[in-house]
Amino acid sequence: MLMKPEQEKQIRQTVADPKIQLALYSATARLKEKREEVVAPEALPEYQELRTQANRIKKHTLENLDVYLEEFEANVEAHGGKVVYARNGQEVTDFILGLARERGVKMLVKSKSMTTEEIHLNERLEHHHLEAVETDLGEYIIQLAHDRPYHIVAPAVHMTRQDVADVFEKNLTDPRTEEPGKQAMIARRNLREKFLEAGIGISGANFLVADSGAVCIVENEGNARLTTTAPPIHIAVAGIEKMIPRARDLAVFLKLLARSGTGQLLTVYTSFLSGPRRGGEADGPAEFYVVLMDNGRTRLLADAEKRQSLYCIRCGACLNACPVYRKIGGHNYPGAYSGPIGAIITPQYQGIAKDPWLPFASSLCGACAEVCPVKIDIPKILLDLRKEVMEDRAARGDGFLERKAFQMYGWLTRRPKLYALAGRIGARMARAPGAASMGPAAKWASVREVPLPARKSFRDQWREREKSK
Amino acid sequence: MAGTGEIEVTPREEILDRVRKALGRKAGQGRDRVPEPRIRIPEIPPERRVALFAERLEALGGKVYRAAALAQVRDITAGILEGSAAVCSMDPLLEKAGIPGLPGVVSGFGDEPSLRAACAAAPFGITGADYGLAETGSIVTRSVSEARLISLLPPAHIAVLPVSRMLTGLDEFYSELPMPADAASSTVFITGPSRSADIEMILVRGVHGPRVIHVIVVDEEHATNR
Ligand code: SF4
Repeated sequence: MLMKPEQEKQIRQTVADPKIQLALYSATARLKEKREEVVAPEALPEYQELRTQANRIKKHTLENLDVYLEEFEANVEAHGGKVVYARNGQEVTDFILGLARERGVKMLVKSKSMTTEEIHLNERLEHHHLEAVETDLGEYIIQLAHDRPYHIVAPAVHMTRQDVADVFEKNLTDPRTEEPGKQAMIARRNLREKFLEAGIGISGANFLVADSGAVCIVENEGNARLTTTAPPIHIAVAGIEKMIPRARDLAVFLKLLARSGTGQLLTVYTSFLSGPRRGGEADGPAEFYVVLMDNGRTRLLADAEKRQSLYCIRCGACLNACPVYRKIGGHNYPGAYSGPIGAIITPQYQGIAKDPWLPFASSLCGACAEVCPVKIDIPKILLDLRKEVMEDRAARGDGFLERKAFQMYGWLTRRPKLYALAGRIGARMARAPGAASMGPAAKWASVREVPLPARKSFRDQWREREKSK
Repeated sequence: MAGTGEIEVTPREEILDRVRKALGRKAGQGRDRVPEPRIRIPEIPPERRVALFAERLEALGGKVYRAAALAQVRDITAGILEGSAAVCSMDPLLEKAGIPGLPGVVSGFGDEPSLRAACAAAPFGITGADYGLAETGSIVTRSVSEARLISLLPPAHIAVLPVSRMLTGLDEFYSELPMPADAASSTVFITGPSRSADIEMILVRGVHGPRVIHVIVVDEEHATNR
């Protein structure tokens, strides 16, 4: 079977946990509703046009990515920054460790970045005794709790205020409170010191802007601004697919990103950063680096059909729209990315053999494609991946019975007399008590609602009606 | 090992090479025509812009004031501060309005550590704003005219925006300034007070940035040219 028993058990637990179900349902419902309000035709008549444009610009950028990478690099350097290429997480880590060692840095602050989550950067750095402090409120809680983010834009969505109080009580010296407002102030106070002491600030990038050599970062709390302003060194880590050609393309992307993600017109802070502090500027980092990471992306790029998976701007709208994500939540998806986007990119980054069930974790209802601001055809990619998984299994001799069963079915349907006979026999057998839980079909039927066949088949009923006319 | 004759491929070369192979492209090959983004500047008369800006920013919990002259900016600021200390940026408009002369207001730092220390301690930060974006209730600050920390570290932010700088929105901004990186290392859109909904989706203000933002929109034709 495709899924390991532990995984299946874990999913059943999530679905049976009323606390998590309530949190998941209400959070995703809120985000969904807010999105719908701000992309409605009355609110944004050009919404569909913007989606088409965003899709076209991303398509174009990826199809010409080598040119844009070089252009981006030249412009970062023209502004006094430096571009570092990294083939994988190890090379990202090595670069940061090397720089930290050279500059004598013991502690660094981080703003929310799914890319560094993808490569487990914090664990890697801590392994080398370099403290990396997450500063987004949700990520801070998650880090203190030694947990994993649950949602692309709402990492601690599965935790209650009591959970947060427990985590803070265990890790900090502040008096316990279960009030979210006060909890946020505790985080503010504790993290303020870190911002002012840290030797390096690490951010992600929502967009890499080729014509400007700039990174664009959106956020609501101000922690990304602090991370990229207060420490003397700023390092932005981003996948190569985050590229867009020009600053003015942001007129399209910024209008879509916050609306799709949180239902805001713009996030509170949109930072457009190019290079270190310049002559005459009062503050800002003295050194500026952009790490451009591959980590499986070029493999994906080679696949012209599935290349569009790289258009993703990580808004999270497809998670909120997905009936499967809304039931099973973020932790049941392996890797950093959950929901429909996780189901398509994780198998492509890590190879389909590792978690072959992932592309099947969807009802193919199409809700994800409908809300995606860059129009990724997620259901189609899921189908392609399913086909690949089955082919891969066939090549390794797995899934023999299921395949044989469908082959036999195909053979039967081409032989009407035999088909009718087999139908009558099959129906009688299936109506026998406990039939669905017996034999080789049991496992298949255990996760599906198998309807009971009628006592008399349609064919038989039809024939009788014709006769009695 | 030295002397084996093997040339080490740098990650840069390898990634660019992989990208080209994936796309079937050659080094030095030009790029296809790039599609133009949709940029359409809506027609919104100046007074309506200010009203829209105020509507949007107030919906987010910001406060908007209207000043007919620079002298009024000073009074409004003094009214907000109520004697509290503040760090004031070097914006000539603020200087002209006489804000650095208000009691408790400090301005002009010789070095960064003292700027940092002042920002970390002050209850208010006062800056100019290079632009306003009416459709979203945003202000734009750039490092060329502002220290970045003044609008970031203090728990409250006061920004003074000349009405002539009120743009309709993002589209007009990117037509006016298609290359923001040419002028400054940092261009930031600020849209309301700092916020988070990370705990139970409950809205909390002032998580890391200012909890409060006041924007004073001032009529000034002759005040400054930036
Ligand atoms: S796939 Fe589309 S909807 Fe999902 S996170 Fe990415 S951009 Fe958003």
